[in-house]
Amino acid sequence: MEVLRKQLEYSPVNSKEALQLRPVVADGGGQAPGWLAPRNLLRALAPVLVLVIWNVLSVSGIISQRLFPSPLTVLQALWDLVVTGQLKSALAASLARGVIGLVIGVTLGIAAGTLAGLTRIGDQLLDSSFQIVRAIPFIAVVPLFVLWFGIDEKPKIILIALACIFPAYVNTYSGVRHVDPKLVESARLFGLRGIRLVIQIVLPSALPPILVGIRYSMSTALLALIVAEQLNSQNGIGTIILTANSALRIDIMIAGILIYAALGVLIDIGMRVVERRSMPWK
Amino acid sequence: MAQTHEDLVVDLKSVSKHFGGQVILDAVDLQIRRGEFVVLLGASGSGKTTLLRMLSSLDHANSGEVRVTDSSTVVFQEPRLAPFHRVWRNVLMGLKGDQRNKAKALAALDEVGLAEKAFSWPKRLSGGEAQRVALARALVRTPRLLLADEPFAALDALTRIRMQWLVQALWREHTPAVLLVTHDVEEAVLLADRILILKEGRLAVDIQVEVQRPRRAGEAFAQLTEYLLGELGVSKEGDPLNSAVPHRPGSPAVSSQAVA
Repeated sequence: MEVLRKQLEYSPVNSKEALQLRPVVADGGGQAPGWLAPRNLLRALAPVLVLVIWNVLSVSGIISQRLFPSPLTVLQALWDLVVTGQLKSALAASLARGVIGLVIGVTLGIAAGTLAGLTRIGDQLLDSSFQIVRAIPFIAVVPLFVLWFGIDEKPKIILIALACIFPAYVNTYSGVRHVDPKLVESARLFGLRGIRLVIQIVLPSALPPILVGIRYSMSTALLALIVAEQLNSQNGIGTIILTANSALRIDIMIAGILIYAALGVLIDIGMRVVERRSMPWK
Repeated sequence: MAQTHEDLVVDLKSVSKHFGGQVILDAVDLQIRRGEFVVLLGASGSGKTTLLRMLSSLDHANSGEVRVTDSSTVVFQEPRLAPFHRVWRNVLMGLKGDQRNKAKALAALDEVGLAEKAFSWPKRLSGGEAQRVALARALVRTPRLLLADEPFAALDALTRIRMQWLVQALWREHTPAVLLVTHDVEEAVLLADRILILKEGRLAVDIQVEVQRPRRAGEAFAQLTEYLLGELGVSKEGDPLNSAVPHRPGSPAVSSQAVA
C-alpha cells in the first residue's frame, strides 16, 4: 500500500502540468490533390521539358528533322494512321493474334500449374520439364520457328502462346501450393473432393496470384507480339513500322512504337480493373 | 446400463496413437451415446485435439478400434469459412443434390441469429458471427455427432458466453451427441452431461454432471469446478509454478491471485 501511494505522488499523471494536452492536428479529411497540384506539376516537368527541347532542336534544324522528326510531326503521322483506317485494321490484326496466343498460353499455363501444384505425379511429371524449357529465352527460338512453321500466322501465335505459358504456370503453381491447408482440410471434411474441391476452393483461393500471372503473361504476350511481327507480316502494327522503316518514315515508326506502348498501358489498367472486380470479397 | 450398438455414436476400444517416440493416446476406451453432451478437458498437448481429429477421420490410430457414426461434423477453433463464397454458400459447402438447398441454409442461419448476414462476405463478419456461421454449417447437416475443437477459444469473453448458451439451445433442439474439446473448466461445467479429462494419453476422469440445468454459479458448480481444476493440476492456493495449465483471466484459478 505504501509503495502504491508513493507511486501515485510521483506519477506525472497526478500533477497539474501534465494535463496540458497536445493538440492533434486534423489532416483536413485527406482531400485528393487536383491535377494541377504542385507535385503533379513537378512530375510532369521532366517529360514535358524533353518534348519541348526535342521540338525546338528538331524545328530549328540543329538535329536532323529526318532522323528525329518533331513531336508534332509524329502526332500528325499518328493522326494520319487513324483517319486512313490503317490503324484500325492493323490493331485488329495485331490484337487477334495476340489474344489467341495469350488465351492458348494462359490456359495451358494455368492447367499445368494447377496439376503440378496439386498432385505429386503432376509435379514430378511437369515441373522440372517446365523449368528447363523456361530457361530458354523465347526470342532465341524465333529463327527456328520460321523454319519449322513458316512465316504466316502459325509461328507468331505459337511464339506468343509459348511466351505466355510460363508466367501463368509459375504463379498458378505457387498460388495453388499456398492455399490455406486448414480450409482445404475442412472442405474435404464437408464432402468436397477432386474436381469440385479444385473448382470451389483451390482455384478461388489461388485467384490473386493467378491474376498476377495473367498480367505478367499479357506483358510477355505484347513483347512476343512485337518480336513476332518483325517476321514477314502481311498486316498488324509491326507491318506499319516495317513499311515505314523501308520508306525511312521515322515519324510513322515512332507513332507505331507509341501504339505498342499504349497497348501495354491499357493492358495493365485493364488487368487492374479485372483484379479489383473479380474479387468482390476482398 | 446395457447398451446396444444402436445407442452409440462413438465406440473406441483400446485406441493408441504415438508420434515419434511420444505416446499421445494410450489405450483409450470411450463410448458416447446418442444425444449425450460430452466435454473433453485437458491441458495443451494432452492429446485431446488428436482424439478429436481421429473421430473426424483427419487422423488415424496406430492400434485399437475406432468406430464413429458416419453422420458427424466438425466445428473448429477457427471458423474456416471460404472467403470467396457468400455466407449462405459456406453453410452449404460440400453438400450435393437435394441437400444443397438454399432455404435450408437460410433456416440454419436464422437459428444461429444470422439471417440478415446470409448474403454477406465472410470478411464482413465479426469473430463471433463467423463462428456462428460455422455452427450453422454443422447444423444444416443434421449430424448425429457434433465434434467441436475449442470452438470458443478465440472469442472475446462476452461473445463466448453467448455462444455457450447458443450451443446449449441448439443441442436441446436438435439433440445431436456433442463432443466438445476445451481447456475452459467453467465451460465444461456449464455445458456437459459428462466430463472427461485426458491426462498423459489416458482418460483420467470420466464423470457424469448431475447439476440441474440451466446451470448458474452456485455451491455445486463451484465444487465441481474446483475438483476439475485439481485434476488438471491447478490448485486453489494458486502456486504459480503449478499453473502451467493454460487458463484465461476470469477463471477462478487466477482471479483469486489478482485480488490479493
